[in-house]
Amino acid sequence: MDWTALWLSLRLAGWTVAILLPVAVLAGRFLACRQFRAKGLVEALVMLPLVLPPTVFGFYLLVAFGRNSPVGDLWQGLFGHQLVFTFEGLVLASVIFNLPFAIQPAQRGFEAVPVEVREAAACCGMSPLTALRKVELPLAWPGVMTAMVLTFAHTLGEFGIVLMVGGSIPGETKTIAISIYDRVQAFDDQGAATMSAVLVAISLFTIALTYWLSARMGRRLS
Amino acid sequence: MALEVMARAASPIPLDIAFRVEPGTLLALVGHSGSGKTTLLRTIAGLWRPDHARVAVNGTTWLDTAARVDLPTHRRAVGVVFQNYALFPHMTAAQNVMAAMQRPDRAEAERILDLVNLLGLSGRKPAQLSGGQQQRVAVARALARRPQALLLDEPFSAVDRATRETLYAEIIGLRASLAMPVVLVTHDMNEAQLLADSMVVIDKGHTVREGTTAQVMADPDALRAMGIREVAAMLPAVVVEHLSDGLTRLDAPGGPLFLPGITAAPGASVRVRIMAHEVIVSRARPEGLSAQNILKGTVTRIVSGKGPAVTVHVAIGAHEILARITRRAAGQMGLQPGETVHAIVKSMSVARDHVARTIDGARA
Repeated sequence: MDWTALWLSLRLAGWTVAILLPVAVLAGRFLACRQFRAKGLVEALVMLPLVLPPTVFGFYLLVAFGRNSPVGDLWQGLFGHQLVFTFEGLVLASVIFNLPFAIQPAQRGFEAVPVEVREAAACCGMSPLTALRKVELPLAWPGVMTAMVLTFAHTLGEFGIVLMVGGSIPGETKTIAISIYDRVQAFDDQGAATMSAVLVAISLFTIALTYWLSARMGRRLS
Repeated sequence: MALEVMARAASPIPLDIAFRVEPGTLLALVGHSGSGKTTLLRTIAGLWRPDHARVAVNGTTWLDTAARVDLPTHRRAVGVVFQNYALFPHMTAAQNVMAAMQRPDRAEAERILDLVNLLGLSGRKPAQLSGGQQQRVAVARALARRPQALLLDEPFSAVDRATRETLYAEIIGLRASLAMPVVLVTHDMNEAQLLADSMVVIDKGHTVREGTTAQVMADPDALRAMGIREVAAMLPAVVVEHLSDGLTRLDAPGGPLFLPGITAAPGASVRVRIMAHEVIVSRARPEGLSAQNILKGTVTRIVSGKGPAVTVHVAIGAHEILARITRRAAGQMGLQPGETVHAIVKSMSVARDHVARTIDGARA
C-alpha cells in the first residue's frame, strides 16, 4: 500500500476543490443569470476537457506550462523552479481539467433559483453579495455540492493528465492512480488490488455523502 | 411622501405613462396582460429600466434617466409583493420577514406577522403554508423593510375565491395603518374597485383614463378596453342580520339591501359593488316585482357614449348608484336630471366577492 501516493492524491483533490469552489460559484452564477453573445462559446470551452482525451489535453498543458512558455517562464521567475513535473503544476492542470465538473453542476444549481426569488432578495434590500450568501447559495447548494464532490472524486481517479503533466515523481506527482498502474506493471497484483479497493471505498463514500447531504437539503426546503 | 412615476420606452412594449400616488392612498394600475402595468411596477422597483423614466418618492429620486440617476433595487426603500410571492423557500415565515429588515428583530417580525393574521405560523416554511398564508407572509416581508412605497403585483391572482375575499378585507384593514403610497397592479376590475382610491387604466402602454376609482368606474369610455360591463358603483352598507332563507339584510343609503352569501357578522361594515348593467330604473315604486332591493334616489346625470346605452347616475343620499340602460328606454321614460327614480337591484346579481368588509369588520 503506497500511503504517500494516497496522501498526495487526497491533497491534490483537496486543493483542486478549494480553488474550484469560488470559481464554480462565481462562474456558475454568472452563466446561470446572464445572457451575452459569446455565452455558447464560453459554455463549450468549459465543457471541452470533458470530451478531449486526457493525453491530448495533457499535451497542450505540458506545452503551455513548459520551460519556454509564458506561463512556465513566469512561474520560473516567481518561484525559481519549473511548473511541469511539480505538485503545483499538477494542481493547476487538475483545476483546469475539472472546470466542467465544477462549473456545470453549479450553473444548474443557480439556474434552479427562480428569477423572482432573486428579485425578491434585492427588493428586501439585500446587496448582490448578501443575496448570494443568504438566498442564492443556500438554494443552489445541492448543485454546488455535487460540483465539489464530482471534482474531488474525479481528481482522485485522473490518470492521463497526471502522467503527461506530472510524470511519476514519488511524493511530488505520483498519485494513487499512477501508483496502481506501476504496481500492475511490476506484477504486484496484491498491492494494486489493495489500493484499488481503497480508491473504490473513498469514491463510494464521497458520493454516498453527497446523496445523503442533498436529501437532507431537500427536506430542509419542504 | 408621494410617489411620482414617469416612463417612456419603445420596447419591449411601447410605454408612455406618468402618474402620481399620494401617501396613504392606493392606486390601481389596471389593464390587460401585456398592457405594460407590470413593467411600470418593475420600473419603480428598479428591476427594469425604460429608455426615459423618472421615479421619485418623498423627494428622493430613485431613477432619472435624464440626470443619470439609477439606484439599484436594494438601495430603493421599496416593498414588493410578487404575483407568486417569491418567498425564500429555505427560510421560515419569520426568517422571510427578518430577511427584509436592516437589523433582524425577531419580536418585530412576530408583530408584523400578527398584523397579517399569521401569529403562530412564524416557524413554518413556505411549503407548509397555504396560498393565502404565503401571500400574507409576502405582505409582511414587504412591510418589514419599512418601505416608502408598497408595490403589489397581482397579489390575489394565485389564491382561490374564498381566500381572496378574506385577503381583500385584510388589505383594506391594513391600509388604514399604512402611511406610504401603495400601487396595485391588477386586471380584475372588481379588485380594483374594492381596494383602490384612484385608478389608472392602461392599454398598449398608454393611459386611457386616470382619476378617482368612482370616476373611472363610472366612465364607460375608460372601461372600453377592460369591458364596458365593468361599469359599477360602490355603496357602503352595514350588516344587520342573516335571515333564515340564506339572504342577509343590510342597511344601505336609500333603504335595506337583501344580498346572498354574506359572511360578515352583524354590525360589520361592508362595501357593495353594484354592476351598472344589473340595475333597472323605474319612475314609480314597482309592485309585484321579484327584485328585492329598491333604492330611491335622484337622477343627477345621464351620460351617453357611442353605443346604444346611457349611464344614469342616481344620487342616493351622499352616495351614487349607476344604471346602464338603453338610450331608447331613457328616451321613452323621458328621464331628466333632478327627477326622483327607483333603482332596482336583483339580489342574485351581487356576487359574493363583490362585497368587501371594511376596517371595522375586517376581523369579524
